[in-house]
Amino acid sequence: MLQKLYDWVDERVDITPLWRDIADHEVPEHVNPAHHFSAFVYCFGGLTFFVTVIQILSGMFLTMYYVPDIENAWRSVYYLQTEVAHGQIVRGMHHWGASVVIVMLFLHTLRVFFQGAYKKPRELNWMVGVLLFFIMLGLGLTGYLLPWDNKAYFATQVTLEIAEKVPFIGEATKTLMAGDPNIVGAQTLTRFFAIHVFFLPAALFALMAVHFILIRKQGISGPL
Amino acid sequence: MHKGKGMKFVGDSRITAERKPNIPKDYSEYPGRTEAFWPNFLLKEWLVGAVFLVGFLCLTAAHPAPLEGIADPTTAGYIPLPDWYFLFLYQFLKYEFASGPYFVIGAIIAPGLAFGGLLLAPFLDNRPGRKVSQRPIAVSLMLLGMASVFWLTYEAAEHVDWEQRAEENTPELPTEVEIDEDHPGYEVYQNNSCIQCHGESLEGGAAAPPLTDIDHTVDEIKDIAQNGIGDMPPGQFEGTDEELQQLAEFIVEVNESGE
Ligand code: HEM
Repeated sequence: MLQKLYDWVDERVDITPLWRDIADHEVPEHVNPAHHFSAFVYCFGGLTFFVTVIQILSGMFLTMYYVPDIENAWRSVYYLQTEVAHGQIVRGMHHWGASVVIVMLFLHTLRVFFQGAYKKPRELNWMVGVLLFFIMLGLGLTGYLLPWDNKAYFATQVTLEIAEKVPFIGEATKTLMAGDPNIVGAQTLTRFFAIHVFFLPAALFALMAVHFILIRKQGISGPL
Repeated sequence: MHKGKGMKFVGDSRITAERKPNIPKDYSEYPGRTEAFWPNFLLKEWLVGAVFLVGFLCLTAAHPAPLEGIADPTTAGYIPLPDWYFLFLYQFLKYEFASGPYFVIGAIIAPGLAFGGLLLAPFLDNRPGRKVSQRPIAVSLMLLGMASVFWLTYEAAEHVDWEQRAEENTPELPTEVEIDEDHPGYEVYQNNSCIQCHGESLEGGAAAPPLTDIDHTVDEIKDIAQNGIGDMPPGQFEGTDEELQQLAEFIVEVNESGE
């Protein structure tokens, strides 16, 4: 029955190459922790992806309550944290996930680096990876402001001051991010919100797609 | 790629009518036991993922995400701190050779070199040998970078009293109470000495706490007004029993409006 369904779709859209890349490939022995325990280092990329999925899902649920304006942002987070059933868990997952994903990314980068897996022909994928790392840091930076508590407010003020001091482009960058050359306020919060939930995730998805397509095309690097 | 006349397509589409067998990429040049991803390896991955998820959920259940008080730009003496993974940069920018007149070195040149080097690592370390022993320079630079980041993070975090910070900045919902100044009880409140210490809108003052956000009953308030409590001396209320009742009911109503 399933096979028939598959064949029906396959005849019309030729999904076999796609299915092969997603699921029907082989896992060589040197990356399989069932054979060599030390191969667990190959899990860090997958765990990064797993935590990223957690971030996306918990973030989607957070936006069901979060209100990105300075009157209500803190109140909505407080309400979610204290009144909504399981709200504390949802916010906790997004909060701790943001830290765990950085740790996993760091470990993944170290695995790729110390194995020299960025060498020819994988240079491009390494650079895509570094860009992914920057995007994640950007998500952390913009997300930090959103609860609109004192730590968010004052840390963002410092960040914007640093941006402002950059020669030539500093002031324009600050105004672009904060919405005003001097005030950290209503505009800043809505801009950081837009960057955090639309701009950076869009870039993240695009780069992750390139990352995974390249891995499938090139295959995992061989044993050392 | 197969080209030319004689190709068969499905309908008028560009999908070939010839079915190709589904042959996975070949790993036979690698030594040993390859395993099919689907479903064998996926099941194992799934188990590891489940264990990871349970551990992660335990963390979130045990440590609720912190929240400080609502942002208040007038807070005096608040020491800003970024999230932990930016601490190393924050610390670096504190050093004399990286701040003030040398800001450009600290904020742009040094991080630019470090992250630029990371981005371009495949071209800087471009010989074919992958083993650590074959690329001493790249590996030692990375170890040096890691050591600096760890050390800077430690230096930044060491002086921070995290518990004290959390205690000083607990989130408190700013209560907005409605003071109905036409309430007969408010008049009693005004005409007695209550208003002098507890304030015009029950907000409290130097000598007395606010009367909002309390959970005394009407009878308890009547008792306190007459007999005092803590630092509040007895005999503050002078009036009839009816007025006393109105006063106590007024205070309770204000508190209920704030909930
Ligand atoms: C959202 C972030 C990222 C995700 C989800 C991700 C995911 C993955 C996955 C699942 C793999 C397969 C092998 C493995 O798991 O180790 C992989 C390989 C790879 N990753 Fe990432 N990665 C991310 C970020 C990075 C970063 C920051 C770098 C480097 C700076 C990087 C460089 C590479 C390279 C070069 C490979 C190929 C390694 C090989 O063939 O041995 N990736 N990535």
